[in-house]
Amino acid sequence: MKEFERYLLNRIAAANSHTLGVYRQQGGYKAIEKVLKTPLKPEDVIAVMKDSGLRGRGGAGFPTGMKWSFMPDITKDPRPRYLAVNADESEPGTCKDRVLMERDPHGLVEGCLIACYAMRAKAAYIYVRGEYRLSYNRVQAAIDEARAAGLIGKNILGTDFSCDIWMHKGAGAYICGEETGLMESLEGKRGHPRPKPPFPAGSGLWKSPTTVNNVETIFNAPFIVERGAEWFKTMGVPKSTGNFLCGISGHVNKPGVYELPFGLTARQILDEVAGGVWKGRKLKAFFPGGSSTGLMPASAIDVVMDHDSVKAAGSMFGTAAMIFLDETASIPQVMDVTLRFYDHESCGQCSQCREGTQWLHQMFHRIARGKGKREDLDLLVSLANGMAPGKTICALADAAAIPTLAAVKHFRSEFEQCIELGRDPLAPTHAPAPELQGAH
Amino acid sequence: MALPANLVKEFDELVTHYPERRAGLIPALHRCQEENGGWLSPETIEDLAAYFGLEPVEVFGVASFYPMFRMAPRGKHLVSVCHNISCTLRGAEELLGHVCKVTGAPVGGTSSDGEFTVVRVECQGACANAPMFDLDGVYHEDLDHAKAEQILRRAREGAKA
Repeated sequence: MKEFERYLLNRIAAANSHTLGVYRQQGGYKAIEKVLKTPLKPEDVIAVMKDSGLRGRGGAGFPTGMKWSFMPDITKDPRPRYLAVNADESEPGTCKDRVLMERDPHGLVEGCLIACYAMRAKAAYIYVRGEYRLSYNRVQAAIDEARAAGLIGKNILGTDFSCDIWMHKGAGAYICGEETGLMESLEGKRGHPRPKPPFPAGSGLWKSPTTVNNVETIFNAPFIVERGAEWFKTMGVPKSTGNFLCGISGHVNKPGVYELPFGLTARQILDEVAGGVWKGRKLKAFFPGGSSTGLMPASAIDVVMDHDSVKAAGSMFGTAAMIFLDETASIPQVMDVTLRFYDHESCGQCSQCREGTQWLHQMFHRIARGKGKREDLDLLVSLANGMAPGKTICALADAAAIPTLAAVKHFRSEFEQCIELGRDPLAPTHAPAPELQGAH
Repeated sequence: MALPANLVKEFDELVTHYPERRAGLIPALHRCQEENGGWLSPETIEDLAAYFGLEPVEVFGVASFYPMFRMAPRGKHLVSVCHNISCTLRGAEELLGHVCKVTGAPVGGTSSDGEFTVVRVECQGACANAPMFDLDGVYHEDLDHAKAEQILRRAREGAKA
């Protein structure tokens, strides 16, 4: 693996990297100063973001600058406008935004200021999943420090620019990481995703123009503004620029959150970053970008990790949350756990998703318990195809259907073996934990 | 019943963050739950409804959507064991069994001494440090059975987790 430039995690090595003083010592708040003192026009900031090629780090990989440019022209549409930062990090395997919020929260605050300036937003709301108490406390403390230093509120750094940043705590629902579910939740309701259109830029929070961006996406903004789009494009590959945070979990020697450039192969990441498969075992399969991305067999390990290459290989880059499975992992057990999650998290609005996630889960569960039927595999495929793509209000049904189809495609013989044998030879052997009757 | 004065004061400030008052509901539910020993009583739901100008059923509808809100009393300590994929691959189910053994609580229930409630939870975003549990709002990661046992014993003895 070639040497590469790092920027996302450079600051966190310092003691008290989460405090304003240390952030400033490391060059913090220079980007917002550049924007306000030059001054750059909001359009100039959007232009540099577009030019940088930055793609959203929350899973979909949508170009950030373009998303920002969807906000309506303020001269024609005077409604207040908002930035919502998606810090609901809940896709299984994903644990990267937490590192930024816990250890470099001022970087997020500065990113919010730049984004709000560029989109003329009056306030940013940072929607943090309720379980992330340390993240919440650290970002709240950073906001308090920044406010006291005149970096948040009215007339920031003595200019005409005014902007508020508020923390908002979620309460444990995956669906609130979906941008319209997030907005419903932020408004104090059940997290039921809204049909699109209207898109958030037209009608978002409180029916006002809103942009929803992931934490890591926003975190990139100050670097791009300060160092320029050309610098940013020197990293990564032409259509996926910059570095990304890669959360590596499962059966590896060195799980962790690593900053990596786009364009490495999954094999390089596994062997040279994650220390290889643990216990001297062989690789069986991996999720490239969280549990909603299609499971890939070990034979696909040379896939290049960028948005387009992973897509071309039949899966998705997602949140770059790579989950590796060794040869002892049972695919039926893994899919039982995976679909249990989507079953649990379906909001229940769309029947394909509400019923479909439950049926998929039930079928994987019975196959994993040796009670599968021969027709189950075709039924899984037919059900998954009835749920997605694009058949429901949001993409949760897709998130359940995609890994289902991939698992049956790549590991059909393993499922068939469990069905034929009437048991899963790779099933765990430990005694199950005692469950309260009727619980869960 | 009415909300305690300290919470009313907090919520009066909280609702100024938003153009619409109701947006403060979920943060307010969190605060009420914290102040009420970790669950939301029907009285609390009614008090919040009155504060936000909503029907109690609407507040209940919101609260019951979110797994972090509990509608029944729990033990003194809440242990939330992640059982999602990254944790399961590194022994979450065995850890859960051990947590039940050490605490005396079944999954989804409370120990007979009232000390611990143990629940399964979905992904907590600690995947690179699996397996893990959350004990009373603090993450404990990279757990093995000995480490888990020590943390739970200290909690039982009243040490700050």
